[in-house]
Amino acid sequence: MSNILVVAEHLEGKLRKATLPTIGFAKKAQALTGGKIIGLVLGHNAASVAAELATAGVDHVILVDSAIYADYLAEAYAPAVAEIAKVKGASIVAAPASTTGKDFLPRAAARMDAGMISDAIEVFSHNGAVAYKRPVWAGNLIARETSTSAITAVTVRMTNFDAPAAGAAAPIETISLGFAAPDDTQFLSFDRVKSSRPELTDAAAIVAGGRGLKSAEAFKMLEELADLIGGAVGASRAAVDSGYAPNDWQIGQTGKIVAPGIYFAVAISGAIQHLAGMKGSKVIVTINKDGEAPIYQISDYGLVADAFKAVPELTAALK
Amino acid sequence: MKILATVKRVFDTDGKPKLTADAKLDVSSIDCKLNPFDEYGVEEAVRLQEKGIATEVVICCVGPEEAQKEMRTALAMGGDRGLLVKVNDTESLDTLSIAKILAAVVKKEKPDLVILGKLSTDSENNQVGQMLAELTGLPQATFAFKLTPDAGGWAIVGREVDGGTSDVKVKLPAIITADLRLNEPRYASLPGIMKAKKKPLEITTPEALGVSVKPAIVGIGYELPPARKAGIKVASVAELVDKLRNEAKVIS
Repeated sequence: MSNILVVAEHLEGKLRKATLPTIGFAKKAQALTGGKIIGLVLGHNAASVAAELATAGVDHVILVDSAIYADYLAEAYAPAVAEIAKVKGASIVAAPASTTGKDFLPRAAARMDAGMISDAIEVFSHNGAVAYKRPVWAGNLIARETSTSAITAVTVRMTNFDAPAAGAAAPIETISLGFAAPDDTQFLSFDRVKSSRPELTDAAAIVAGGRGLKSAEAFKMLEELADLIGGAVGASRAAVDSGYAPNDWQIGQTGKIVAPGIYFAVAISGAIQHLAGMKGSKVIVTINKDGEAPIYQISDYGLVADAFKAVPELTAALK
Repeated sequence: MKILATVKRVFDTDGKPKLTADAKLDVSSIDCKLNPFDEYGVEEAVRLQEKGIATEVVICCVGPEEAQKEMRTALAMGGDRGLLVKVNDTESLDTLSIAKILAAVVKKEKPDLVILGKLSTDSENNQVGQMLAELTGLPQATFAFKLTPDAGGWAIVGREVDGGTSDVKVKLPAIITADLRLNEPRYASLPGIMKAKKKPLEITTPEALGVSVKPAIVGIGYELPPARKAGIKVASVAELVDKLRNEAKVIS
């Protein structure tokens, strides 16, 4: 058997949208390998997540419902994922390239003695084997890799695969595994950045600010513009390091990878680490008073101007 | 407490990569350097030693002979000695192979804490720490921005995660991967550089550690990403709004 196991990500009883492109990836892989796409939910009181996953394009859903999955821990996830992969004959085990997927999947891969592909942006056939493309070198190079292990673990970049069309509900199978809770690690807390705005990774519009804004207060004018156009607010690493924006807003090689319809880069110079996170955006607008800033080289529209004047003016013009 | 901090010799990715005719990476003109993420791990280990919490800091590297240079750079920041596991062709080693080699090092050295950079800036896998944790049966705390060992043999780790931050408590020995806001790595001082030259640096091999590795992931070449063309500059906010509405049609 060569099934594809997709480990779902969920929060507060809801499937996270990051899971959908991973199912999109699984569909493409399935065209090469055949087999079934099996969605896996590890959670506690997570029947609603399983029901949501059942109509998201998978062929089969497995729900492992136990108190030990109530708070996410890699040490609890990895053995469960490896066990289900074995029992269900998976040849590919996929998860979103989120901080959760990046945390537990390598651990599960080591347990399965599986090779692992991080941040897949494409899956294709190479001499009869399944091969993958993934960005390396801060996005300046694309590596093509293939795997020789019986199982391959793959994290999937959210911006490069479409969510499959919703289908008829797949059957849901409940399995209990009987693993004990890990005794050498404890989840203490999750301090969530509260926001009414869309998540960066699925926002259609993003207004992002850099160190040139010089203060956290200055981000308020970006928030105003973002709220007006229904977008999210992002930041460069320099702005986050300077304490102007929370870490969750960071876009770039080590932050979020985004590809919105429109990206406003305000007072961002454009270090390659930042470009790695946003150059897939459809339209890039740069507002920077330094007309020589590297970000202009990848911008569709550039306005050489003082952000403190131009952003409020832009917001007023769009009202 | 004994700390093992890992370092990797990476390609300097600030330069533009070039490809050979057969789609391999042209490494002839690329410089190498210490992986920036590992600097955060080394810095954290050195700070714990300066606070008197760590008694010994070992800098460990899986890499080619030339990686001694990057190890000396790390040793100039601090730490007591180096351990290089020499491999001839780092490029063909996959993450699982490296994790297996490091697991053998952990078994031999028995550190209380292993700190790795969360990823290397050239191959960007972000896997080795997590794999090492599984292979050694130890708990993991990845993407750490805060690390506080308490007296009871546990450490509290603040993690940078999607949607905010998360705190976990791991029992030592444990595997930690360092994120960018864990600390601000120091520049090596001249006395530090002089001292580093005299620190012991042992060289071993995977075979000597009893590890034979066969990579599961095989590279089949590279390609360059599609180039993005520079667009136009507009003279005013009014012109920008006009372009966005009527040309790009991304705003109503």
